[in-house]
Amino acid sequence: MIRTLPNSRPYTIGFKIYIVCFFVFLFAPLLITCILAFNDSQFPSLPWKGFTLQWFTGNLPDRVGIFHDEINLHSIWTSVQVAFFVTLLATTVGTCGAFLFEQENFRFKQLLYFLMLAPLVIPGVILGISILLFSNSLGTFFEQHLHLELDFLGPGLPLVVLGQFSFITTLVTLVVSARLKKFDHTLEEAALNLGANRFEVIRYITLRFLKPAIIGSAAVAFLMSFENFNTTLFLVGSDPTLPINLYLQVRDGSTPVINAISFLLILGTSTAAVANLYFSRKRKD
Amino acid sequence: MQIALSVQNVIKKFGDFTAVDNVSFEVPDGGFFSILGPSGCGKTTLLRMISGFIEPSAGRIEIRGRDMAGLSPNKRPVNLIFQNLALFPMMSVAENVAFGLQRRREKKEVIEQKVAEILARVGLPGFGEKKIHQLSGGQKQRVAIARCLVLEPAVLLLDEPLGALDLKLREQMKVELKKLQAQVGTTFVYITHDQSEALVMSDKVAVMNSGRFEQIDTPPNLYNNPKTPFVARFVGDNNTWSGRIIACTQEGPGEIVAEIETAEGERFRVRSTDRFAPGAGVDLFLRPESMLIEPDADIADLNRFQVVVKSILFDGANSRLLANPLTADTELLIALPQNRQYDYIQPGDKIAIGWHAQAGICFPKV
Amino acid sequence: MKTSLRWSLFFFLTPVLLWLFLLIVLPHIDLLIMSFRMDTDDGKTIWTLSNYLNFFHEPIYWLTFVRTAVYSIIVTLLTLVITFPLAFYITKVVGLRFQGFFMTIILMPFWVSELVRVYGWMILLRESGVINHFLLKFGLLRHPVEMLYHDSTMIMGLVYTSMLFMVVPLISVLESLDDGLIEAAYDLGANMWHILFKIIIPHAVPGIVSGCIVVFMLTLGNYLTPNLMGGKNSLWFTEQIYNEFIASFNWNQGAAFGFLLLVLSSLVIWAGLKMSGQKLSQVVQ
Repeated sequence: MIRTLPNSRPYTIGFKIYIVCFFVFLFAPLLITCILAFNDSQFPSLPWKGFTLQWFTGNLPDRVGIFHDEINLHSIWTSVQVAFFVTLLATTVGTCGAFLFEQENFRFKQLLYFLMLAPLVIPGVILGISILLFSNSLGTFFEQHLHLELDFLGPGLPLVVLGQFSFITTLVTLVVSARLKKFDHTLEEAALNLGANRFEVIRYITLRFLKPAIIGSAAVAFLMSFENFNTTLFLVGSDPTLPINLYLQVRDGSTPVINAISFLLILGTSTAAVANLYFSRKRKD
Repeated sequence: MQIALSVQNVIKKFGDFTAVDNVSFEVPDGGFFSILGPSGCGKTTLLRMISGFIEPSAGRIEIRGRDMAGLSPNKRPVNLIFQNLALFPMMSVAENVAFGLQRRREKKEVIEQKVAEILARVGLPGFGEKKIHQLSGGQKQRVAIARCLVLEPAVLLLDEPLGALDLKLREQMKVELKKLQAQVGTTFVYITHDQSEALVMSDKVAVMNSGRFEQIDTPPNLYNNPKTPFVARFVGDNNTWSGRIIACTQEGPGEIVAEIETAEGERFRVRSTDRFAPGAGVDLFLRPESMLIEPDADIADLNRFQVVVKSILFDGANSRLLANPLTADTELLIALPQNRQYDYIQPGDKIAIGWHAQAGICFPKV
Repeated sequence: MKTSLRWSLFFFLTPVLLWLFLLIVLPHIDLLIMSFRMDTDDGKTIWTLSNYLNFFHEPIYWLTFVRTAVYSIIVTLLTLVITFPLAFYITKVVGLRFQGFFMTIILMPFWVSELVRVYGWMILLRESGVINHFLLKFGLLRHPVEMLYHDSTMIMGLVYTSMLFMVVPLISVLESLDDGLIEAAYDLGANMWHILFKIIIPHAVPGIVSGCIVVFMLTLGNYLTPNLMGGKNSLWFTEQIYNEFIASFNWNQGAAFGFLLLVLSSLVIWAGLKMSGQKLSQVVQ
């Protein structure tokens, strides 16, 4: 049954087979995507026609590798920019939120807390369209009543940043709050007792304590923003982010360049995951 | 009397490590048997083998004469009280107690009746509807016991169930557990690292060390006649004093008295476990309460020596003197009875100590 | 002291209020308003129920809605059934040394963009895909079969995408289950099924509910997987919303659809919480 109990052989073997099947199911699509990034073929499919790096480095008329693919490179750059701003905003506001909900008391705190959780349970598509509608309404309002044309209220990257920010901030708030809950308040009291004011306490004591959680949630925020599709879909203008761009290519037929990009993404994220694990282990020791 | 539990030459190895090394014992029906040992001595492994969670590497376990080999825990007529009690928090008290009966597919009315009976017996009548988290520590204890007793096991195994309780409650539960066992007549096998629990409750105690049984005996025997240095050290407090044999004499059947000289040059007569050759190194064990402070000069056959009092460790009925013999800094603990007779003693005083040859015991030096 | 505390409250409260009101509350109010508005032919905007009436009059709309809901429930249950043994294996069966390793590799694929994962399945399953290639090669098939674009593939894809959000709460709830309870039940004569239904599942209810809520919400709001893996007939409700917004440019109709989806998602979450007697804040942790 469990590791401390005697288990029958069929039970153990059956369970092992199940786990193996599960991991095959889990990794097969990723593995095959990576392998086909190196296939010397015009299509991301078998048969295997030999190893090539052309889908990365090639610059032939019929084979533009990812490193020379202007459109895809540009969308990666767009995604990085968006993710950067989302991370910055979400981490700042999320940390404020953590302080607000853990350390301050005010009327309607419960209500506001509930509201803060809401973005997690609102489907991303709905967030996207409601923000699109609202910014459009605002734009119309400014145009009709104040005769201002505010470009950033139309679909485009500023709106994408706001859309992603709206739910990623909740995540940051939760992660930082969890760490703040473990904070020993006597440390703050000690610092106040030694003559620090409230903001010095936050800066020198509390924020330092929160640093691992803030960095961790910033990394997650970056990744979530970089990969977001649902919310972005409705807010994006003429400048697609990487997931949107990939989606358009996959939908309309694909080349191994997408495998090459996927390979790089898998490589990047798994490196990040391993690094994250390594550092969190190290911190524990 | 029928033998409830018989363990014969049981060995358990984990890789190269031998957790339980050739252990044998028998517990008669209705007995209260304790296994006492420090943590990591293998007592939990032994208990888990009896309950069937682990298969022994070798040896035989019989319950009421039936071989238990290959029988899984849910098929054995033994039940285990877990260290943390393992009460099911998602069920009420009654559901916890009824759990095993339901597994046996007993009739609903029978179950209800048995549950009510056993709860009354452990002193919790009418507690059936309570949730586990509403109970106090002592009440949880009793529910855990009721949950097992209702199944009428041949042997009830208890894995340090008092460990999590605070001191006062533990003292109280010790007495209660003993009473309960006498009342229900179920065979108890109790493991603990707390010697007082073992000594107070048990008919017989096995002292276990590094996978082996050092001694199986009644509590008074264990205390007064330890068979090994480990038992002498582990059961009760003991002063250890190293010395050398001068001569050994046989003074009766199984009664050997050794004359020894300690490193400081004091000469004592003491009960010995064997006839050692003159010159052999020995450890002398002397209990704090077997040393008399300022004994009358006319008491015969006392070993006498002088000590300097270093400090007084006041602890109510358990107060002691910390003292050095005159010529060395060997530390001795000496019981200090709180009968006002010795109130005059101050640190730095020189006092006489006497003890009877039968009150100490010596073992070969390891 | 008193004044500085007020000051810090203001400092933390402002960004959080701006975030929640500008990006969550007002946009959703706007969404609700828009869903009751309609542009008439003569260029006026009027209040109307017609957006909602359309939904009920056009079978294609409400059928899609019901289909989406039913399939989301199926996906949620399937995900639960598939991941529960896995979570149990990792927390209770596998040797303690391998636990960390399993946790890491199980999470790794989920750091990779959903798009990459779906793409992987596409190149595995499509007519010219890898699985077909092998089946033909080993003579198990004579002609390639299109495995993509079926309802069942879409469900599989959704399960694959959702597994992480089920497995994480399951692992954490099963970790908190004391092994002693299982051993005690076993010792009292219970067999595997009794232990599963009397001890393990009752204990795991909070984790099961959290996982199910999140998976259901994410599946309901998914766009990518149904769009890329589902067939022409397996329209997902988010695709309807997308069509109204982007293709038909009928934002009022889209807003009504969006609001209906939001209501459905909130209802299910509310029901889930009511059934298990939990609070939202416990679930998202």
